[in-house]
Amino acid sequence: MKYIDEYRDGTLARSIAATIAAEAAIDRRYRFMEFCGGHTHAISRYGLEDLLPANVTMVHGPGCPVCVLPVGRIDDAIRLAMRPEVTLCTYADLLRVPASGGTSLLKAKAAGADIRMITSPLDAVLMAEAEPAREVVFLAIGFETTTPSTALSIDLAHKKRLGNFSVFCNHVLTPPAIRAILDTAHLPPDERVQIDGFIGPAHVSTVIGTEPYRALCAQFAKPVVVAGFEPLDVLQAILMLVRQMNAGHYRVENQYIRAVTATGNRLAQSAMTEVFAMRDTFEWRGLGQLPHSALRLSDAFAAFDAERRFCVVPVAAADNPACECADVLRGLKKPADCKLFGTTCSPEAPMGSCMVSPEGACAAHWTYGRFRDRIPARAAA
Amino acid sequence: MTAPRLRRRKLDIKTGLVDLSHGAGGRASAQLVDDIFRPAFDNALLDLGNDQAAFDVAAGRMVMSTDGHVIWPLFFPGGDIGSLSVHGTINDLAMAGAQPLHLAASYILEEGFPLADLQRIAISMGRAARAAGVAIVTGDTKVVERGKADGLFITTTGIGVVPPGIVISGDRARPGDRVIASGSIGDHGVAVMSRRANLGFETEIVSDSAALNGLVAAMVGAVGAGLRVMRDPTRGGLAATLNEIARQSRCGFHIHESALVVRPDVAAACELLGLDPLNVANEGKLVAIVDPAAADRLLAAMQAHPLGREASIIGTVTEDDQGFVQMTTAFGGDRIVDWLTGEQLPRIC
Ligand code: SF4
Repeated sequence: MKYIDEYRDGTLARSIAATIAAEAAIDRRYRFMEFCGGHTHAISRYGLEDLLPANVTMVHGPGCPVCVLPVGRIDDAIRLAMRPEVTLCTYADLLRVPASGGTSLLKAKAAGADIRMITSPLDAVLMAEAEPAREVVFLAIGFETTTPSTALSIDLAHKKRLGNFSVFCNHVLTPPAIRAILDTAHLPPDERVQIDGFIGPAHVSTVIGTEPYRALCAQFAKPVVVAGFEPLDVLQAILMLVRQMNAGHYRVENQYIRAVTATGNRLAQSAMTEVFAMRDTFEWRGLGQLPHSALRLSDAFAAFDAERRFCVVPVAAADNPACECADVLRGLKKPADCKLFGTTCSPEAPMGSCMVSPEGACAAHWTYGRFRDRIPARAAA
Repeated sequence: MTAPRLRRRKLDIKTGLVDLSHGAGGRASAQLVDDIFRPAFDNALLDLGNDQAAFDVAAGRMVMSTDGHVIWPLFFPGGDIGSLSVHGTINDLAMAGAQPLHLAASYILEEGFPLADLQRIAISMGRAARAAGVAIVTGDTKVVERGKADGLFITTTGIGVVPPGIVISGDRARPGDRVIASGSIGDHGVAVMSRRANLGFETEIVSDSAALNGLVAAMVGAVGAGLRVMRDPTRGGLAATLNEIARQSRCGFHIHESALVVRPDVAAACELLGLDPLNVANEGKLVAIVDPAAADRLLAAMQAHPLGREASIIGTVTEDDQGFVQMTTAFGGDRIVDWLTGEQLPRIC
């Protein structure tokens, strides 16, 4: 895999790491949040923390779609799936997310609900076509990366005039979440996460471009570097953030120029605006209710909206009180700070959503990094 | 004048299908054995036609192992369920340092399974066993109704003899021991997945399915009691194997990613499928844990054998009460190599 190998070159990595160490001022702290779970995973899998000097640290962000979906929405999905006429289609990751009362989609499936794993929303459309007697509902989640393919599937169902296909839409938007992380002025001091700069999303930015981050940079005076998901991309982005801080800049820079432009993918954007409309507000796990942070189906496509078709009434549901997912998602706590981490919560039996997807901060730390918890020197770094 | 003898109709292997009578123990069952299994397995003990095989055994410790095979698809690049079922059990025996002697094979056939496929699989089993110097000396066939099994399942059981003085076991790894892998990882799992209907990517990746008893004999010959643990990293891959040994021996491991051999096409396919080659199954590879003083000799003996040409020292055994398998990545950072969580890739062995 020639193309990939170029971005995983160990020698080059060490030389970038040496440059970061040389340029980072010893009397200064550099705390960067990687927004995306994809970056969290790369950092853990390649052990990037070991390559950074002690005063350059990474904080995991909320950019993991499975992690930020609140319990209540999973409960709603389970209620939908329990209806005898419904076939609920979704991505495998979501099946294990814990819902209220110790349930999950996986348990509902075992109890007889017709829940099927798919890898693309188009599979759900084809299923609806092949099984006209079933009400096929696609449980859609994701940031701007997966939204266009959901839009295309709805468009296809519309063209095929399918009356038995609908989408339970949970698509969320990246910029409002970054804003929620940075906008801490109203919070008590111990709840303000200290972040000096952001590594911006890779795949999301291929769709929305780098432009949407500009206002955030200016308002909060923090640098953002959009970076690819390969480990060298991440290291290079860290170096770019260090240099911006040293120079006193706060700009949007693009490390991922091989895929991201300033304006993004217009075609994907127009597919989205046709099918979706902005929700007034949406609940995020960890971040609470965020205005204008998520999408619903537009009125023109209301016929495909599962919430309207099945009159889904949202029921508020609380997280497990011992679970620290909310603070982990905001970067306030590290996975090992949670009392459940590794005791009752592990990828085999997750208690919180951050332990489910491989992009979740707790799952990444458990799978790749938990040996660090017993080495004080490293844990402090 | 002699009484008229019932003329036996030949089994229609070309177009015939397995039916329920083939498992009922009557004439049809006997015919299946006579026309398909005996010629394919070709040995005097089976030809005796008894319900068991009787034989003398050499001095030494006996080992015994059994393995069920439910792989789908039945035929894949580099092998089929037949050769795999022979290699699987031979390798389980060989991992104790044993020379395998005999195998037994038990079949669960689904009604409607093509006899031609059954013959092809039987011939492949016979060939694999002969190549490894082992005979399939007894067996059993059952047929279940259509829909109650997926084509066929094969369970093989084997016995072998361990040479005197050799004790190889998962609980014998000691801190400081070296860890040697016999070659590239991930080939089998990726080869099978590439054939699965829903992952129709074109690739030349061939399963590494092979009998390892020859390689093991060379290893035992080279370092004898210096060998502490051997295991073939099948389901769950190298990651699961090292974690199992860490648990059994109450130790940890430190391995180096740059010492692992991963074929570029396997790496590319894993990338596409979101897999880590460390978690992908192998069927013709082994991991050996060896006394550090014997490591170089063992490595040379392995590299001199065709199935160990790419052998390399991948790490060392560490003292670790938490049993972490730690890896220095090619990138220079450290991480854990853990068991695969969630859905194991279905039915690849
Ligand atoms: S360890 Fe489990 S419960 Fe605790 S924060 Fe992580 S995912 Fe949530």
